[in-house]
Amino acid sequence: MSINIKDVLKKYTMVLALIAVILFFQLTTGGKMLLPQNVNNLISQNAYVFVLAAGMLLCILTGGNIDLACGSVVCFIGGIGAVIMAKNINFVVAVIVMLICGILVGAWQGYWIAYIKVPPFIATLAGMYAFRGLSNVVLQGYVVGISNTAFLNIFGGGADCYVPDLFHGEGMNLTCVIAGIALVVIYVLLVMRSRASAKAQGYSVSPFVSEAVKMAVIGVAVIWFFFKLASYKGIPAALIWIGIVLLAYAYITSNTTMGRYLYAVGGNEKATTLSGIDSRKVYFFAYVNMGLMSGLAGILTVARATQAQPTFGQGYEMDAIAACFIGGASAYGGEGNVFGIVIGALLMGVINMGMSIMGVEANYQKVVKGVVVLVAIIFDVLSNKKKK
Amino acid sequence: MAKELLRMDHITKTFPGVKALDNVNLTVEEGEIHALVGENGAGKSTLMNVLSGIYPYGTYEGDIIYNGEVCKFQKIKDSEEKGIVIIHQELALVPQMSIGENMFLGNERGKKNAINWNETYGEADKYLKMVGLSESSRVLIKDIGTGKQQLVEIAKALAKHAKLLILDEPTSSLNETDSRALLDLMLEFKKQGMTMIIISHKLNEVVYVADKITVIRDGSTVETLDCHSMEIDESRIIRGMVGRELTNRFPKREGVKLGDINMEVANWTVYHPLYAERKVVDNVSLNVRKGEVVGIYGLMGAGRTELAMSIFGKSYGADITGTLKINGKEIELKDPREAIDAKLAYVTEDRKGNGLVLSNPIRVNTSLANMKGVSEKGIIDKDKEYAVAVEYQGKLKTKAPTVEQNVGNLSGGNQQKVLLAKWMFTDPDILILDEPTRGIDVGAKYEIYCIINDLAKAGKSVIMISSEMPEILGMSDRIYIMNEGKFVGELNAEEASQEKIMANILQAGKGE
Repeated sequence: MSINIKDVLKKYTMVLALIAVILFFQLTTGGKMLLPQNVNNLISQNAYVFVLAAGMLLCILTGGNIDLACGSVVCFIGGIGAVIMAKNINFVVAVIVMLICGILVGAWQGYWIAYIKVPPFIATLAGMYAFRGLSNVVLQGYVVGISNTAFLNIFGGGADCYVPDLFHGEGMNLTCVIAGIALVVIYVLLVMRSRASAKAQGYSVSPFVSEAVKMAVIGVAVIWFFFKLASYKGIPAALIWIGIVLLAYAYITSNTTMGRYLYAVGGNEKATTLSGIDSRKVYFFAYVNMGLMSGLAGILTVARATQAQPTFGQGYEMDAIAACFIGGASAYGGEGNVFGIVIGALLMGVINMGMSIMGVEANYQKVVKGVVVLVAIIFDVLSNKKKK
Repeated sequence: MAKELLRMDHITKTFPGVKALDNVNLTVEEGEIHALVGENGAGKSTLMNVLSGIYPYGTYEGDIIYNGEVCKFQKIKDSEEKGIVIIHQELALVPQMSIGENMFLGNERGKKNAINWNETYGEADKYLKMVGLSESSRVLIKDIGTGKQQLVEIAKALAKHAKLLILDEPTSSLNETDSRALLDLMLEFKKQGMTMIIISHKLNEVVYVADKITVIRDGSTVETLDCHSMEIDESRIIRGMVGRELTNRFPKREGVKLGDINMEVANWTVYHPLYAERKVVDNVSLNVRKGEVVGIYGLMGAGRTELAMSIFGKSYGADITGTLKINGKEIELKDPREAIDAKLAYVTEDRKGNGLVLSNPIRVNTSLANMKGVSEKGIIDKDKEYAVAVEYQGKLKTKAPTVEQNVGNLSGGNQQKVLLAKWMFTDPDILILDEPTRGIDVGAKYEIYCIINDLAKAGKSVIMISSEMPEILGMSDRIYIMNEGKFVGELNAEEASQEKIMANILQAGKGE
């Protein structure tokens, strides 16, 4: 078994593009790009993209369906939470109410899409207007501040939203370093175990060399990343939530029957229905999840801003959609994965941040983002063409 | 001796890693119908793609000599200008447009920025008359049946002033009557001097129309048979195609033992989901025993698929009435899930359209209808799933490098095997197979027949729906004949014959 360099390049095109873009900004900003603080901000600023993209991925898998409303929903849910907390009600209650509201919003949209067969584009376009309006109603047009420090610390707002250092390292957050190493060790052990079990049952496994190289690259990247975080303030709270969401959705999409159904419905809905699977439930599931993720993104957004405003969340839906498509999700459904959206979200985040550091004018930043999305899709289309 | 119109000389075409055509020679004389036969993947379509310029000059070796001159086609338009027109197996018509618009699509009448609609429809009507289609050219494509659509394709080709018409599987989606009409139309064109190449799996049709038959196997020409200088029958052609004589196209079944009645349907009536007053299935009753293969023969549009789907968890139709008994117990199946749980399986007719998820691998398709069998509490056991897929790949001899191969990359016969594997894995007692061998080659058909026999031997009940009469006669223990939504006859294997089946259908037609 030989390792085909061409195949490797094709499989990891976006990863390589991400590395190239990072290096480009590292050079043009004179090394500012990878300062610990900026690495930290990359995660904190873009937490909502990761979370929304995870939800959006499920919708896109079912057939390229998108949710245009999630930006407005983020604002609406954030507004509800801010108003509740402004009344000095326990923040746990606020969080539970926000998440339930997210699920209800998802169920509302999902019902029309799955059971009444309203095209998702239109159902969520309606939601985009309606929930934007409702945000204004909830906030009565004002900015509502959030002062509950427990809420802010847990969901990534204010100055202390980091996992405290249990070991009190000097100039270096030791908890963060240890967490990074622990993650890599767990990852390597899991890979080895799965290889061993596959071998024991007589299945073919990929050559050890390529697996080892992959593990080494991922291991080094993770440790480097946590080291950077450690030299700043440690693990940002938002990273924990991103981690939970991404792991959960990676598991759902690859290891559960519901995940399988999402791909199957997107690949061939008729065949799936005749296989005894209720495709309506699958659509409903996808949009309820999208609602839940919009709720969580709402929480993270208002926490980071320490306030809720009626204009929050504008364009968030497009960031999430772009992350999915850059990450290789098919616009026709049935293809895409969580690893891809992580790369997609990071790429968008890096470009945003790099241009900001360089001082590129905001309007041109948008142009560049647009071009990046287009180039990514063109690349995808062309490489698929060659396969045939 | 007639004039030679086309000679394809030592054509070799390589794709990365595969030699699709190896030194193929084909000579077509003016005014003849030349049939091209071969198993799936033998290279027939590739050869025609070379001829029509889909694979441009330079990407293949060898020469195309047409009308005495060497042709170097760069694109389809080049070959069409010379009068070589190909009609592909999949109809290339836009359903929402009218017949006339479709006929001149890309070849519009009038000026570039001002289409002349009178000329469009006038010309279109003229060509429609030539193919004997009595529809106005303003009718939308989606409002006419597949048989008529095929005629529109031919009219479209005529409008391009075709001298050499290539028909790729022209009858694959037509019923027997329409097929026969099409073949007769071809003979009519021949009389007027048209030259045609027909690619077909249906050997009886080939024998009916062809003057010469060229057999291709594994990318090379095996032989060219002249139908006028010798007696050609189907088995002679098959011998050339598979390289051996298939003395028995249908495997024998040893020691048929019929058990109790497994499924019984009585007075089953189904209405059309959109046109509420139209009966699609009209008072049908049928039964099938354990270990029995029951054939349902009927022309396309007779309501066979609709009957099967309405039984299978009401996945088709409205206002379904009648009783369904499984194992003697009356049961109501509200959706496909309940049908699967009642040990029923419906292997769909259109494997690409509603059978398989083409973008997913064999493994995923195999487990799709029985995810419970490879998962626990919604969590998939991937090792088990892999093992299941490998097991069925071995059982059905599906040709693929691994079960991780995407189904879309498999040949028709192997796709059909994956589809069968999917339903066998649900462990059904009753299997309804809808056109199980459509569009697959002779060798793969034989293997599918063997699988069907094995299923029956294992005590399963098999209902096989088909519009290929030899297959129905060769495989079934008992045959129901369906026409216009009704069962018009029931024959035992011993008494059944082509003539008797047709007589039943004709009689029913007269009785109306």
